[in-house]
Amino acid sequence: MIFNKNLKNVLIVIFTTLLLSACSTAKKTGTASDDAYTGKETVKYLASGVPDRVFFATNKSSLTTASRATLRKQATFLRKNKKLNVTIEGHADERGTREYNLALGERRANAARDYLMTYGISGKRISVISYGKEKPINAASTPLAWSQNRRSVTVKVN
Amino acid sequence: MKKIIIIILFNFFTIIKSYALIEVDITRGNLDPLPLAVSPLHVDIKSEDYKDMKIKELGNNISEIIENNFRATGLFNPLKKEAFVQKPDIAHLKPRFEDWRLIKAQALITGKILIKDEKLKVEFRLWDLAAAKEMTALAFTTTPSNWRRVAHIISDKIYERLTGEEGYFDTRIIYVAESGPKNQRVKKLAIMDQDGAKTKYLTLGNELVLTPRFNPTNQMVTYMSYFRNMPRVYLLDIETGTQEVVGNFPGMTFAPRFSPDGKKIIMSFAKDGNSDIFTMEIETRVVERITDHSSIDTSPSFSPDGKFIAFNSDRSGLQQIYVMRSDGSGVKRITFGNGIYGTPVWSPRGDLIAFTKMRKGKFYIGVMRTDGTGERLLTENFYQEAPSWSPNGRVIVFYRETKAGLKGEGFTAKLWTIDITGYNERQLKTKTDASDPSWSSLLSK
Repeated sequence: MIFNKNLKNVLIVIFTTLLLSACSTAKKTGTASDDAYTGKETVKYLASGVPDRVFFATNKSSLTTASRATLRKQATFLRKNKKLNVTIEGHADERGTREYNLALGERRANAARDYLMTYGISGKRISVISYGKEKPINAASTPLAWSQNRRSVTVKVN
Repeated sequence: MKKIIIIILFNFFTIIKSYALIEVDITRGNLDPLPLAVSPLHVDIKSEDYKDMKIKELGNNISEIIENNFRATGLFNPLKKEAFVQKPDIAHLKPRFEDWRLIKAQALITGKILIKDEKLKVEFRLWDLAAAKEMTALAFTTTPSNWRRVAHIISDKIYERLTGEEGYFDTRIIYVAESGPKNQRVKKLAIMDQDGAKTKYLTLGNELVLTPRFNPTNQMVTYMSYFRNMPRVYLLDIETGTQEVVGNFPGMTFAPRFSPDGKKIIMSFAKDGNSDIFTMEIETRVVERITDHSSIDTSPSFSPDGKFIAFNSDRSGLQQIYVMRSDGSGVKRITFGNGIYGTPVWSPRGDLIAFTKMRKGKFYIGVMRTDGTGERLLTENFYQEAPSWSPNGRVIVFYRETKAGLKGEGFTAKLWTIDITGYNERQLKTKTDASDPSWSSLLSK
């Protein structure tokens, strides 16, 4: 037990260090763990000032600070347009196996949906669909293209 | 036809097996392919016309298919016909062994065909030239339009006799035929013979289709379709063309595969961002949950005895391969190497698992033992995945994509095969770009 406790303490220390180092690297751009696209190319708008998509890091489905800001704008927009329903399309880049990417796209779309729901949008208004890596927006085989393809896109359905 | 094969095989195999002198060492790959002469099959002059078939060329055409099959194995070297010294009919009766040895052939295949009463009668013999003996012989009857299959069945019998392993030529490959620019791909289900002949499209390309897989016991196929924009697993009967959705899931189902007895489909079901593995019994429609974990569990594949399931999961962070009992208990991670692992597929022999590995921007197709030890990477490239086994567990087919230019130009997707030794990598010719191959069982089994 004591041994276990010690181990636990060590793990906590390691974990905190990792967290701290993760925070410090997150501020830099272009690292492998945080290579989410931050530009405006390929982005369309649901309304003026309301971007339709958010971008993800490689193999990740967590929302970045920028993604959360975008989704809050979408939530505000959806609150104003109460009769509007949307589909969130989840996508992955071409650097993964097809089946895993289908699941990853679904997880990304749901991450966006969950966030909209915490901002008061009913889940009934938001359907999700994953296209995996089947519908790249940028057809190039470059890190830039891959970052633009790792996305979830909110699409009006009515 | 089946009966005839069994009876005749029995007769010849029992007598001849003890005399065999030629042996093909299939553990080493193509280092020293066995020189083999495939004489054109003799067309009996009593043959009658059949529809618009060019009967005179049939003997040549069949022998060419046999040659191509053997060349593609990497284990045999079919010799050029110009050097052949005996006419097909005479060679078939009794070859002059010393003449064939002169062109360095070690084995000789001869045969005879006759079309009569709208039936194609075929016989062939395999000769051991060093020992000056007949090794095997077989005769059977079929409809003339089946002539390509005749060539594949002959190839299988000879391959079995020379290597001691089951053949894989009388088989088909189902795959996704691709066309159009990279960001607007049109995908159709397609099926062809394993040598690339007789391509047939099974869907029109109106909706996205992915990952077709053969039932190992019959000609059913399971695949994923975005029909009506609802991504679901479907079951398709290739003979009748009928298809139906598998199960009644309220969300995306994907990554389907049959159980080895062909009675169940195993697949992933995604709900609220979480993908787990389920099975559905085809006849009773009974659905069973196999995994229950907050991570992505997908790409399941049964062991050939049905007792275990390999799958990939990101429960430890990135994708790794796990094995569990078929009821979902006893989950054990088996990959610990550097890199990400996916698409485990159990060999039909049961001893190996084929997989895709991603590491430092490269993709590998590899094999490992079922406990994860003995990893061997067979091929490295920019992008490749989706291994599928030949029914004898000897060859792996997969697809490979090329790096695209800044506007997506130069992008191709093609099917490739490689021997499990890592030798003999070959592109499988397809009419269009192709991905997601699945190899059928032997049709004549």
